[in-house]
This record gives sequence, structure tokens and C-alpha cells, in this order.
Amino acid sequence: MSLSSKDLLGIKGMSPEEIRLVLDTAASFKDVSERDIKKVPALRGKTVINLFYEPSTRTRTSFELAGKRLSADVLNISTTTSSVVKGETLLDTARNIEAMKCDVLILRHPCSGAPAFLASRLKSSVINAGDGFHEHPTQALLDLFTIREKLGTIEGRTVAIVGDIAHSRVARSNIYGLTALGARVRVCGPATMIPYGIEQSGVEVFYDADRAVDGVDVIMTLRLQLERQAAGLFPGVREYARLYGLNRDRLSRAGKNAMVMHPGPMNRGVEISSDVADSSSVILDQVTNGVAVRMAIMFLLSGGAKAEAS
Amino acid sequence: MTMNEKALILDKSGIDRALTRISHEILEKNRGAKSIALVGIQKGGVHLAGRLAAKIREIEGVDIPVGSLDITMYRDDLGTRKSQPVPKATDISFDVQDRVIVLVDDVLFTGRTIRAALNSIMDYGRPMRIQLAVLVDRGHRELPIRADFVGKNLPTSSKEKVKVLLAEDGEEEKVVILAE
Repeated sequence: MSLSSKDLLGIKGMSPEEIRLVLDTAASFKDVSERDIKKVPALRGKTVINLFYEPSTRTRTSFELAGKRLSADVLNISTTTSSVVKGETLLDTARNIEAMKCDVLILRHPCSGAPAFLASRLKSSVINAGDGFHEHPTQALLDLFTIREKLGTIEGRTVAIVGDIAHSRVARSNIYGLTALGARVRVCGPATMIPYGIEQSGVEVFYDADRAVDGVDVIMTLRLQLERQAAGLFPGVREYARLYGLNRDRLSRAGKNAMVMHPGPMNRGVEISSDVADSSSVILDQVTNGVAVRMAIMFLLSGGAKAEAS
Repeated sequence: MTMNEKALILDKSGIDRALTRISHEILEKNRGAKSIALVGIQKGGVHLAGRLAAKIREIEGVDIPVGSLDITMYRDDLGTRKSQPVPKATDISFDVQDRVIVLVDDVLFTGRTIRAALNSIMDYGRPMRIQLAVLVDRGHRELPIRADFVGKNLPTSSKEKVKVLLAEDGEEEKVVILAE
């Protein structure tokens, strides 16, 4: 069993078996980070490039550590200090990087579809580290891994995703992943932040957060992108916090041992209260698992013979 | 291309006798069970390591640490295989520092798995000594590696396969040679 593509562009299009393969592989890679010598030679001699057109701490660091723990050589290119500011196009930048012989290109870009655009034009494996409003597949995989690790199974669980569903690539990837593995998904947010026709992807829509979290196994809170207020999508931060923020009181409506997740970075006191974030969440476990999942992805995509064939 | 069973090499009691002898040899060579730990290589070696530990407990009355090691991430053919193998669990919950580590595997063939296991175990610490116990040594080494304890030396053709079937995997217990 192996992944059918040389790239990881999104969860949509991955079969449940492929998703499970990644999660199973990640379990072994998690051990590597627990040891004194946190390095295995699996990707020795491979070159991994982090190309980030948007700010990021967690994801970029996580990919960098994942690559280094696999013994790959990892380079970070941040667009503010690169030729991008001189007007070089995405494809030219990528082709120049590839001309220096890289094996894996990790791309974060504000435009949906940018990783797919490069993947079809490059021989290297392209990993989507978040593209526009489209997908953030490694985040969904690490969320799935964390749920499976804590609850044992994903099938049959009920997961509420609360926040700006329309502009969240994390939500989109998680909806694909969770429904593919048989979870029931609820999405909840102000009507301005629920995309039209979202029911067709097999989710239940709620506008009342108290009802949405009632009896669920997992609550995923999403970061409120504060710039959306200027766009008029919600009247005020305080009102949003009152109606959709996860606090102790709202959490008590969920299942007894409900898991609280957040992809980071958090707006404390807005979408999640500090006491919930600090005492009842698995947010830091998500971060730990992120490295293992990204190691698994790079490992699976670097199956040499397959990459050459495609 | 299907492989058929060409010869039965060891049956259930043959495997058991070989493991009993290996247990005695491990104790003899190391003058007792002090500071020994067994590490089974995934997948075939893990069950065998557990059995050797049970036998050593019977003989010597002591429990020695047992671990399992997956060498996938240390393989030398990762870049050339069609698809990546799925790593299994590595569980080394004891300190390998200053211990005698006895690596346990079912079949010793090219020696490449053992090379990977040696590198892997060194990443957990600095053992005092590493020894190797195998149920079957079928020859065709590609590296300068040899076993300290061998259940059965078995001359084979490189086109044949040697298969160790164990009760733990729900199989009828035996060692067989498969050929086309």
C-alpha cells in the first residue's frame, strides 16, 4: 500500500485507506521525537524546501523539524527576503528551486490551488501547507491522528467545528477527512461564515453554538480572523465571543470527556477562553503530533521508484 | 509467480528445541542473565525474543528486559523500492547503555536488516556488547555480519525463500523452504 500521488494537495481525493496509511505510519514516527537521539536516516540525502508566502510559526517549524528528524536537508524560503519581492512569479521561483535539485517542496500560499498549479509542473513532490481558503491537509491529518490517539476510533464520533467555516482551509480539510473516516460532522458559526451548500458535503449546520456542541465527542474551535470584522461578517469581537466562543459553561454541554482542539494561533478570550485552552484542551498534543504526521507524509511521498515513474 | 513449499526444515518441536539450546548458549556465553536484554526485530524476531525470554526465566529464574525494534527507517533501499514499507512499533523501554543486547531475528540472509538494526539500536544509547541470535541462517551474506547463536544452518539457493511460521501469528508452526 502506498499513496497514489507524488504530491499531497488536499484530503479531498484521498481514499480512507490512504488516510489510514498516513496515520498508521505517523504512529511509528512519533516515537522518534520521544528519544534522546531524535533522528532516523530515512530521508538521508534528500532536500526539502519550505516555501512560505504567508506568515507561519507552527507549520513551518513543524515541517522543518519533521524533515530534519528524517535526516533530510531542509531550507526555508520566506518570501519577504527572497526574489519574490523583486516580482518573480511563483512558477519561476519554484523552477529555480527545482533546478538546484530539491525532492520535496512545501508550499504555503494565499491563493487556493497554487500547490496544484506547481505540482503539475514540477517533478518534485509538492506538499500543500495551506492554500487560500482551499485546504490545509497536514493540519487535518494531525487532527485525525490526535482524535484517533485519544479516543481510539474516529468512526461514529461526533465532531463540532465552530467558527469561520467559509474562510477556513482547516475546516475544509477536516470535513473531508472526518467524513471519509466515518465521523459525524457539525459545523457552526454566524450565517455569514457558513458557506452556501455546505450540507452537500455531508455535514449538519448549526447557528447556535450551545446546540452544536451538545453531546459531541470533539469540539474544534477555529481561529477568528479578526480582519473579517472589517469585511462586515460579524458585528464585534465581544459578541462573537459570547455567541461562539468556547468557555467552561458551553463546554459542559458537550460529552463528558469531550476533546477540545484548536489549530492555532489562538485568540484567547475570543474563540476559546483561557481556562478551557489551558486545562481542558489537546492543543499542544496536536502540535506534537504535527511533527510525526509530517514525517510520515514526507516518508511516504519519498518512495523513490514511484516518484521517478510518475 | 507462486511459490510452493519445497521442504520442511523444522517442525514445532524442532523450533522449540532450537530455541531451548539458544537460550542455554546465550546464558553460557554471557555467564548468566545479568545485564542481558533481548531485542526482537520486527516482525519475525519479536515473538522469538519473547519465547527466548520465557525460556531464560525457566532456566535461570530471572526476568530479562525484552524490546522490539523496527528497522524500516534505517533500511538502505528506501529510495529504490516501489512503495514505502509501513513501519511497525519500536518498543525499547529499558536503558540500552552498558547492557548486552541480544538482537533476535527469524532468518539471517543478506545481513542488511542486521546492519540497519545495529545503527538503530546505537541511536538509543551505547550498549556494552551486541550479539545476534537467529532461528535460521540461510547464507548469501552481502555484508560482513555473522550470528552468535544459530538455530539451524540452512544452505539455500538465492531464488528460494525461507519462511518461519509461528503460532503467535495464527499459523501452524514450522520453518519451510519455498521455491517456484
